[in-house]
Amino acid sequence: MGVWAIAVHGGAGVDPNLPPQRQEQAKQLLTRCLHLGISALRSNASALDVVELVVRELETDPLFNSGRGSALTDKGTVEMEASIMDGTKRRCGAVSGITTVKNPISLARLVMDKSPHSYLAFNGAEEFARQQGVDVVENEYFITPENVGMLKLAKEANTILFDYRIPTVGHDSCGVGVEKSLQMNGLPISVYAPETVGCVVVDKEGRCAAGTSTGGLMNKMSGRIGDSPLIGAGTYACGVCGVSCTGEGEAIIRGTLAREVAAVMEYKGLGLQGAVDFVIKHRLDDGKAGLIAVSNTGEVAYGFNCNAMFRGCATEEGFMEVGIWD
Amino acid sequence: MSSSENKQMGWAIALHGGAGDIPLSLPPERRQPREEALRHCLQIGVEALKAKLPPLDVVERVVRELENIPQFNAGKGSVLTSKGSVEMEASIMDGTTMNCGAVSGLTTVVNAISLARLVMEKTPHIYLAFDGAEEFARQQGVEIVDSSHFITAENIERLKHAKEANRVQIDYTQPVQNDTKKETTIANGDSQIGTVGCVAVDGNGNLAAATSTGGLVNKMVGRIGDTPVIGAGTYADARCAVSATGKGEAIIRGTVARDVAALIEFKGLTLEEAAACVVHERTPKGTVGLIAVSAKGEVAMPFNTTGMFRACATEDGYSEIAIWPAAKIE
Repeated sequence: MGVWAIAVHGGAGVDPNLPPQRQEQAKQLLTRCLHLGISALRSNASALDVVELVVRELETDPLFNSGRGSALTDKGTVEMEASIMDGTKRRCGAVSGITTVKNPISLARLVMDKSPHSYLAFNGAEEFARQQGVDVVENEYFITPENVGMLKLAKEANTILFDYRIPTVGHDSCGVGVEKSLQMNGLPISVYAPETVGCVVVDKEGRCAAGTSTGGLMNKMSGRIGDSPLIGAGTYACGVCGVSCTGEGEAIIRGTLAREVAAVMEYKGLGLQGAVDFVIKHRLDDGKAGLIAVSNTGEVAYGFNCNAMFRGCATEEGFMEVGIWD
Repeated sequence: MSSSENKQMGWAIALHGGAGDIPLSLPPERRQPREEALRHCLQIGVEALKAKLPPLDVVERVVRELENIPQFNAGKGSVLTSKGSVEMEASIMDGTTMNCGAVSGLTTVVNAISLARLVMEKTPHIYLAFDGAEEFARQQGVEIVDSSHFITAENIERLKHAKEANRVQIDYTQPVQNDTKKETTIANGDSQIGTVGCVAVDGNGNLAAATSTGGLVNKMVGRIGDTPVIGAGTYADARCAVSATGKGEAIIRGTVARDVAALIEFKGLTLEEAAACVVHERTPKGTVGLIAVSAKGEVAMPFNTTGMFRACATEDGYSEIAIWPAAKIE
């Protein structure tokens, strides 16, 4: 019998001026999610079930960029995507272009379990959702006033370019961009919504699973797909590990980041932390990203090359931590 | 790799028209047009390489040609969704810069691979799909037509047969969910088609890969396969360029294209060894074929299906066009 471990994240690349109460809220949410996962693991839930459960919680809470609270497209709408992978047989499910489904991660799981395919998107995915009878709502449900404000700033930033003397709406600080050159995916850090939430779990049987969900890049073109629903990029799980990534989607895709952790463990014989460090160091070039990972032997690891990543982890031995900064 | 192993042997190119259960009994009237098409596309690619076009241009050009040929499952001649419509997808990757572009859910764009390239070069993104991709196509002024342009009588038939059998297939091979390898009962004098792709390397070791498809017969509307997923159906870096074909779901979970490159990078395998390992040891039989070229100018075209429409050529004058495995001498 092995030992379980769980890690969660709420996105990489965080505004250094994030007000303390927001930081506190983030840590509380991460802690709550860890407890949810731990409870489930202690009740012998499978890694896959725990991943889904925890990501649902992260999607439902509007704090992070997924489900409700998703970043907005250039049209002011929400288009969500997610993927989930079961390390045991490397089964996977993914969805993109979701506009009415409350919990994209659950729809991704249904694609995996109830369809002959691995990935459904846009109208086809929405149709499938209705056939499956999942919870659907109006697109407005996912849109928060804060993100409406952020979108406006992002659009202005695109035209004003490097003038960061823009007060951040909804934040109590005077919000002057101290980090003048701090950008993620072409956006000033103050208007970038750290993309994605994720969870990776290894259960007592040594089974690994991973799940990732997001609203994507603030002000993205409608139809833009990032790394989160792409197996091998944003999400990966196999017999030896489970990985979920976050950050600049384009960099994660070209670096096939999630898959690399497993490849490096398998082909170079590195341990989990070594593999995570290697991948963050060598597979990102100029890209900024982070990831969380678990191994089938109960280890947990994270790595990121940007300024911060909302994250947390817990192991059966009793270790638990949540963090934001480096 | 030591410098003596690094000797670049010149340009090389490989292309495919899909792997799958291509019956050995394929009648000449089905086989010959496809062989002719492979020959024609190979020639286009070879001439482009000889004219010193960058590999990225070469693979795009060849895949455009393959898309336009109705006998292959991409562009015109794409297989149909369960609703009788066409939804095309493609991706392209430049090994030198690691830039990539992908599109899915196209219904009116004549050349999906070219739109994928435009996503790579003209947007801050890598992947656009469905309405957003179609809108981008119009902004870019690419060639668009009525969706009926892509639909062939052959594919209407295929869809009909697939619905009767109530299966999703890679154009008539064994059902996706079914692990047993029993012969399909569907009348199958027809050929196997499943995706098109091209990989190329120039004399300086620059690599590129491109893949394009209509997907699976009778697929659910909105289904995305491996073709637009970087690392699964397409991959290129400084060591190799790969384009895969076969059962999309298997290629995705096996991250097939990247796996070939990873084996070369981390285990020091040769192109041939890495490609063979992925196809014969790391993916289930009957699911995958791929074409690959290395920075040095080597070519590999392994497959674990009955056949794969393929062609390749290298600067030293070698060329090959084939469908089934070469006859073995035991």
